[in-house]
Amino acid sequence: MFLILAALALLLLSGLGALGLSAFSRKAACLAVAGIVLACLLGAVPVLRFFLNGQEVSFSLALHIPYAAFSVALDGLTAFFLLPILVLSALAAIYGLEYMESWVDKKSVGVSWFFFNLLIASMIVVVIARNAVLFLLAWEVMSVASYFLVTFEDERKEVQKAGMIYLAAMQMGTAFLLALFISLGQTSGSMNFDHFRDVSGHLASVIFVLAVIGFGVKAGFVPFHVWLPEAHPAAPSHVSALMSGVMIKMGIYGLMRILIFLGPPPVWWGGLLIAIGIVSGILGILFALAQQDLKRLLAYSSVENIGIIALGLGVGLLGMSAGIPIIAVLGWTGALWHVLNHACFKGLLFLGAGAVVHETGTREIDRLGGLLKKMPWTGGCFLTAAAAICGLPPLNGFIGEFLIYFAAFNGVAQESRVFLFSLGVMASLAMIGVLAVACFTKVFGTVFLGEPRTEYGLKAQEIKGLMLAPLLILAAGCAAIGVLSPLLVPIFSRVLPEVTGLSADIVQENLRRATGPMVFISASGAGIVLLGGMIAFFRRNLLKGRKVERSLTWDCGYAAPSPRMQYTASSFAQPLTGFFGALIRTRRQIVRPQGIFPKEASLATRTPDIFEQRFYRPVFERIYHAVLKLRFFQHGRLQFYILYILIALLALLIWKLK
Amino acid sequence: MSSGIDSVLMGIILMNLWLVATSRISACIKIVAFQGILVAFLPFVAHASSVTVETSLFVLATVALKGFIFPWLLFRALREANVRREVEPFIGYPVSMVFCVFIFLISMWLGARLPMPRPVFSALVVPVSFATILIGFFIIISRTKALTQVLGYLVIENGIYVFGMALLVEQPVLVELAILLDVFVAVFVMGIAIFHISREFDHIDTHHLSQLRDWTAPKEEVRP
Repeated sequence: MFLILAALALLLLSGLGALGLSAFSRKAACLAVAGIVLACLLGAVPVLRFFLNGQEVSFSLALHIPYAAFSVALDGLTAFFLLPILVLSALAAIYGLEYMESWVDKKSVGVSWFFFNLLIASMIVVVIARNAVLFLLAWEVMSVASYFLVTFEDERKEVQKAGMIYLAAMQMGTAFLLALFISLGQTSGSMNFDHFRDVSGHLASVIFVLAVIGFGVKAGFVPFHVWLPEAHPAAPSHVSALMSGVMIKMGIYGLMRILIFLGPPPVWWGGLLIAIGIVSGILGILFALAQQDLKRLLAYSSVENIGIIALGLGVGLLGMSAGIPIIAVLGWTGALWHVLNHACFKGLLFLGAGAVVHETGTREIDRLGGLLKKMPWTGGCFLTAAAAICGLPPLNGFIGEFLIYFAAFNGVAQESRVFLFSLGVMASLAMIGVLAVACFTKVFGTVFLGEPRTEYGLKAQEIKGLMLAPLLILAAGCAAIGVLSPLLVPIFSRVLPEVTGLSADIVQENLRRATGPMVFISASGAGIVLLGGMIAFFRRNLLKGRKVERSLTWDCGYAAPSPRMQYTASSFAQPLTGFFGALIRTRRQIVRPQGIFPKEASLATRTPDIFEQRFYRPVFERIYHAVLKLRFFQHGRLQFYILYILIALLALLIWKLK
Repeated sequence: MSSGIDSVLMGIILMNLWLVATSRISACIKIVAFQGILVAFLPFVAHASSVTVETSLFVLATVALKGFIFPWLLFRALREANVRREVEPFIGYPVSMVFCVFIFLISMWLGARLPMPRPVFSALVVPVSFATILIGFFIIISRTKALTQVLGYLVIENGIYVFGMALLVEQPVLVELAILLDVFVAVFVMGIAIFHISREFDHIDTHHLSQLRDWTAPKEEVRP
């Protein structure tokens, strides 16, 4: 525990140092990044120690805040979530050092680094906290720190708007969490987590729903996802990588932590999570497919992946309520595995997208093209992550989804309700997978293949050294988690007994049943890699001594090829977005060509979020107009304000004494 | 003995009434100063048998601050701000008087109802302190100039002082010292602020301060 606390102290100190040095942006950035990397290394020691010999540690310190105590501990769930936090934070920080270079002379980068350190520290405290007040404090610091990171370019209107949406969403989520912890605390008489055990009955259901909403806002469950597509494009890329890769998983962590406190789940809990998972997964990837902004697309894809995690959780809960250990174990393992995977490949995708934005200066997919020739390493890493996120073997994305499939297959043989839900899970997972392939084919094809569509990509160069290294490490991670998956199974046998309430033996026995197929998968994965290597080797051999020359991409029979002849991202996605038009409501503006020699014609499509357009905006506008009437009271006259206070005081006195 | 206290308390109330009926700022400052001195001597009158050196020092300090230093600061501010010497109330003088009598009646009622931890040396103490606090508020609300706001603030402080006398028979000194320090700093700061406001805006009229608010009424709501 000492090492984690030391890491926290280091993060805060280096953050403060960066704040103090904000006049010297470069030094501030170096200090902050050095602090982060060192802190992550320090923090990783107890995590690894836990996974190697199961050593749980805890630490407690009384605080003067009522009901609060600085009680922290490291158990399976905490250690598991610390893993992506520590790794991705360090990598994103190293990447950010170079990425922020272009702002060094324009803005106070030190302040941004201070909040970056604060965000990492608060995430660590969120997962180690064992007291509700401490947890909520860290949760709020996390929201506020990330708000300031999102609004880094605060001179731009859309960034301000994104920041406001983000902050409002986070505050509303926290309101639900407050209600949740107060009701938990009232039943157990303490705000410490170890007193929360085994709440049951109606109260448990109320708490579960509060947790799904409160943590769902952070995680990005549909329909609470509206902040993601706004905040992620607005934030600097290393920040979006950290937020999407790790911070939204804090919602999943919170949900899992609360589920430990609640008694055996009724069937509908699993059903609710599965329903949320299906809706989030399918709508998330459909909206991603329709986006034209690279980072907005990745944000929607995060919604989809959170949906997959919710599916896994739902299947796990279903298995727990039906009393079938294998479904419970594999569902939870799938969800946890996908948490790890998503941190890996979504972090990589955002960093890759950041590199593209950094080099070209635009996020519009339809303006880019042909970047693979100019940025081969970035392109390769991006391709790896894209393949992984689509769930293609042998990369890591496949393993997580495979486990959820495997759990659902076990559910099909069961009684009717479990059967029905399992079938739904399999069907929707399959559909999500297909749409994800379409979506990332579109992104990679448009951005990296072909020819540059506009002048934006012409001057792009490969990113260098410190900025590229995190991408390579993450890409290697994607491949390693996929190919070496059987070796990682022991990690889960340490985490699962606590969250599922099953004994360690049952967990291990059920995990073993999945290990067999996983060995097969990694063997064939290794086979594929080997085959690829052999083909490359043969190609080199065959081409040896022959002349290899590069030519135009579009050079087969066209007299005057132009980059504008290429498929655009929108046209590539059109068959699918058209098919699901009823769900995603893409808007088009067409100026049709007219006459024999048409002069001008244009087509523009835009896909706004239906939940924002149809639900949140009207509701908030109503509220705004209702509240506007109260402006009558706020006229700026000091005298009247004091009168209000006086009237309130007198009314209270008279009410009390009457 | 009791009649002595009661007459001092009645004096405080009468000064409140006098204050709201006075139109010249300089006269107002003098009235508040005089009220301050009167209030400061309350410990002597109330606990004549147990006057210690500490109490005497404290009374002396209070008299010096409220009776001389505050008026001096306020007169200086008045001179430097160079404004019209009229109070310019929102609510006219006769109506203000009626309000104050009404406030006193409410305070009597409240004072009779308010449970006290121990018997109070005079039945009038609580009503008078309440009335003084509320009238201080009333002055802040009904007068426009920044200087009169400070005067209202001082009147509130006098009311709190009287209440403190009733409540803390043994050790009012410590609490009062703290409050006195607060008030001193506040008056000092307000004196400077008033000077700066008048220099920037050519007046110390607080209701023009509403121009500083951050919200302006939308002319026509733009519906997106």
